[in-house]
Amino acid sequence: MSDATAGVPAVGTNQIYTLHVNGEDRDVSDAWVGESLLYVLRERLGLMGSKGACEQGECGSCSVLIDDELVCGCLVLAASAVGQQIVTIEGIAPVGAPSDVQQAFVDAGAVQCGFCTPGLIMATHALLDRSPEPSEYEIREELSGNVCRCTGYGRIIDAVQRVSVSRRSDAASASEVAS
Amino acid sequence: MSTTAPVAAGSVVDPTITGRLGDSPARPDGVAKVQGSFAFSGDLSADGFLWGATLRSPHPYARVVSIDLSAAWKINGVEAIITAADVPGKPTYGLISQDQPVFAAEYVRFVGEPVAAVAANHPDTCRRALEAIVVTYEVLEPLTDPERSVDGSFPPIHPDGNVFRHQRIVRGDTSVTGEVVVEGDYEIGMQDQAFLGLEAALAIPDPGGAGVELYVATQWLHEDRHQIAACLGLEDEQVRLTLGGVGGAFGAREDISLQVHTCLLALRTGRPVRIAYSREESFLGHVHRHPARIWMRHHATVDGKIVKIEARFVMDGGAYASTSSAVLINAVTHTQGPYKCDNAVVDGWAVRTNNLPCGAMRGFGVVQACFAHEGQMDRLAAACGLDPVEIRLRNAMETGDRLITGQVIENVAPVARCILETAALPLPDEPVGGHDGDPMRLPGGAGLTADRSHIRRGIGWGVAIKNLMYSEGFDDYSTARCVLRDGVASLKFATSEVGQGFVTIAGQIARSVLGVDDVVLEPIDTTIGSAGSTSASRQTWMSGGAVDGACRLVREQLFAHVGSQHGIDPLRLAIDGRDVIDTMGDLRVPVAEASAGVTFEETFEHHHRPTEDLDEDGQGNCHTAFAFVAHRAVVDVDPELGLVKVIQIATAQDIGRALNPLSVLGQIEGGIAQGVGLAVMEEIIQTDGRVRNANFTDYLLPTMLDMPDVLVSLIEEPDPMAPLGAKGVGEPPCISSTPAVVAAIRDAIGKDLTRTPVRPSDIVF
Ligand code: FES
Ligand code: FES
Repeated sequence: MSDATAGVPAVGTNQIYTLHVNGEDRDVSDAWVGESLLYVLRERLGLMGSKGACEQGECGSCSVLIDDELVCGCLVLAASAVGQQIVTIEGIAPVGAPSDVQQAFVDAGAVQCGFCTPGLIMATHALLDRSPEPSEYEIREELSGNVCRCTGYGRIIDAVQRVSVSRRSDAASASEVAS
Repeated sequence: MSTTAPVAAGSVVDPTITGRLGDSPARPDGVAKVQGSFAFSGDLSADGFLWGATLRSPHPYARVVSIDLSAAWKINGVEAIITAADVPGKPTYGLISQDQPVFAAEYVRFVGEPVAAVAANHPDTCRRALEAIVVTYEVLEPLTDPERSVDGSFPPIHPDGNVFRHQRIVRGDTSVTGEVVVEGDYEIGMQDQAFLGLEAALAIPDPGGAGVELYVATQWLHEDRHQIAACLGLEDEQVRLTLGGVGGAFGAREDISLQVHTCLLALRTGRPVRIAYSREESFLGHVHRHPARIWMRHHATVDGKIVKIEARFVMDGGAYASTSSAVLINAVTHTQGPYKCDNAVVDGWAVRTNNLPCGAMRGFGVVQACFAHEGQMDRLAAACGLDPVEIRLRNAMETGDRLITGQVIENVAPVARCILETAALPLPDEPVGGHDGDPMRLPGGAGLTADRSHIRRGIGWGVAIKNLMYSEGFDDYSTARCVLRDGVASLKFATSEVGQGFVTIAGQIARSVLGVDDVVLEPIDTTIGSAGSTSASRQTWMSGGAVDGACRLVREQLFAHVGSQHGIDPLRLAIDGRDVIDTMGDLRVPVAEASAGVTFEETFEHHHRPTEDLDEDGQGNCHTAFAFVAHRAVVDVDPELGLVKVIQIATAQDIGRALNPLSVLGQIEGGIAQGVGLAVMEEIIQTDGRVRNANFTDYLLPTMLDMPDVLVSLIEEPDPMAPLGAKGVGEPPCISSTPAVVAAIRDAIGKDLTRTPVRPSDIVF
């Protein structure tokens, strides 16, 4: 067992534990140990950006990063994430200063109701970190765990491709400057 | 800024101003939505709030013998438990007829019908309290076959009877026959709207219970308020609604779900109450697309011209009325599709059963009719030896033609152009089974799925007509207020923003009419008149018309003000860029300066032209306006495993005018996704009135991998009847995309598929 389980409260007790969220230690007090990470983030820590649309791992609305891995917050017990680095949509960029992915979603028309959007932003950041120039099929495959009911995905794929292209040209001009 | 710079006659609009009509500015709520700070209704909270939850019937039909709350009351943290006995006002609600109980009193009529509700300190306390409520039922045999409601062989399961509505349409010479006759039975499964943002609300009681404030995701604030107030036994004014952020709607938020329950619990406890449905509860708690069985017989000449259509519709409305009667009228009045037809006999029923209640979903009855008439057009093409495009062109409706209701199509009706422009879009260049070496493009994707050499490709067509706005004499209107001060326009309306982007369009209208850059949107709530429902593809037309009207009235005030200051007839003034200009002189005053320290305010109600009821032969001008669309689908099918990969959808849509081209594209692609879903995967399965797949593991939604490439051609022929020239664009994309995909599967495997969604077993066996 990793040391991540060291601070996990025993089942059936209401205890205080600490989650490391978006670079800060956040105490979770008087919580029932059966609560999901999604519930604790939203209802106990007030981080409402992560959404729940199925609570069974099918829609991706609740996507967060745990130790750099994209997971469904609805499928993780909050108390089991003690000692791990949790990043939510609120930790992606400061309010009012969207990340390149976030801005591309707005510009490309990838947002309608926006309920799927935080999860898709998390998944897109994870995808582009792993694979900076994904093919269209790769985008479709990698983001297929995030359901969007409004857009039909066309503008979302466009947004992801825009970021990929702009990051590549940024990198190219940076290396030109360097050489 | 100078006020007197001379202007060259015919000067152009300042190109630096963006965000006007015809542009595609960013959504005003876009940054908040991508950053996770946009508050959806389920994100709202209040100090000292309680959680609410609903106990639901496990039986499709049963008599409620007794309800024992004693064990539930003993659970720590439970603050309220309410049942039918605790509803102070009208015990029932409903959009058209109020036949649905707030809580079941004597009978439960579908699995999922609310029986009681609790308020407690934690969702898990609520769950345990619901489990502790003991309801004794006398289980009854359920009515699940809609044909038994039609033929009257099942005793009434509701005091209002088992038939919501029967409508007949008789037109022209009903004895005429065609040289070519084709007929078919078609079946459409029950589709769920499956918006992602689950039902959620926050109710805050007024001190002393004098009223209540409700934050809720809904499509029509004022209608909700009216129904809620009646059930609470309050005046409309005592109930105030504010739109909570809406995570999609698609028709499922047109009816009441948790609204009354949340308010009742808040009033009972004197504390704020939140209710948030789970996905399973959402499947049970809102209405769905009507499953339908449709028979059609088309008579035609040998060269494929339709002579007469006979049809019979049976639409299963489930346990309560909702909008079933209006859905039926939409279905039967669209029997002919976008084709000329002078003679018809149609019989349609919308009936009550003990299945899940059905009501509004994007397409509203026309989806069902279109699936049948497009199947018929393909049969007719085959019988006449014509291809699917030719048969449709030969019959294509034009402006001035009549529906089988006798109503003349007065709108722009570019049906042939929709078909031809769709046909002109390129077919996919990818080989059958996808590009070599890419298993993701195989039907069923990677893994032990299709053998590439066995895959068959097919192409299919679907063309549709869709009515816009409400029908049958309903005085539909929308209200908007515009305030201009210091160069900033503020807009107020109660139009539900459900994701479609009306908030973007509203700002574009104000910028175009008033020459301002800054537009402030006031909260969307019931402190202004109704905007009507965000449904029926109506808000750009109706609320767009209201915002446009209010802004134009404000502009008149502005011109009067500038005119009187400068001694110029206001009729000579116009907006140019950000300025008021004298079209016959050299005056140029920035709008910001002209409105500095002055407030111009106007409220405007936009009504559409009146419509009529149908008579008993189904004749009458019952609809307001129409839009048209064509779809062509390309699919790859694995006939051995019954798997389908939709490769491409091409579409040309009659939109009038693209007020925001990017939004239009989003509506088209999103609608097609729902049409593809209904064609190949989406269906709520019920056996004996019990839902088998009320979750996203078993109710399948198209993912990014399931969505085909979409090619779009926008047909812009501004409609003189539309306030801004723009037709509604939301519904047409999901109407004929479904039959196009199913036709493509038929084309691929040569089978007579008459049911949607197409299941693997329909393909294999
Ligand atoms: S809410 Fe977690 S995957 Fe749907
Ligand atoms: S934008 Fe509504 S679910 Fe994706």
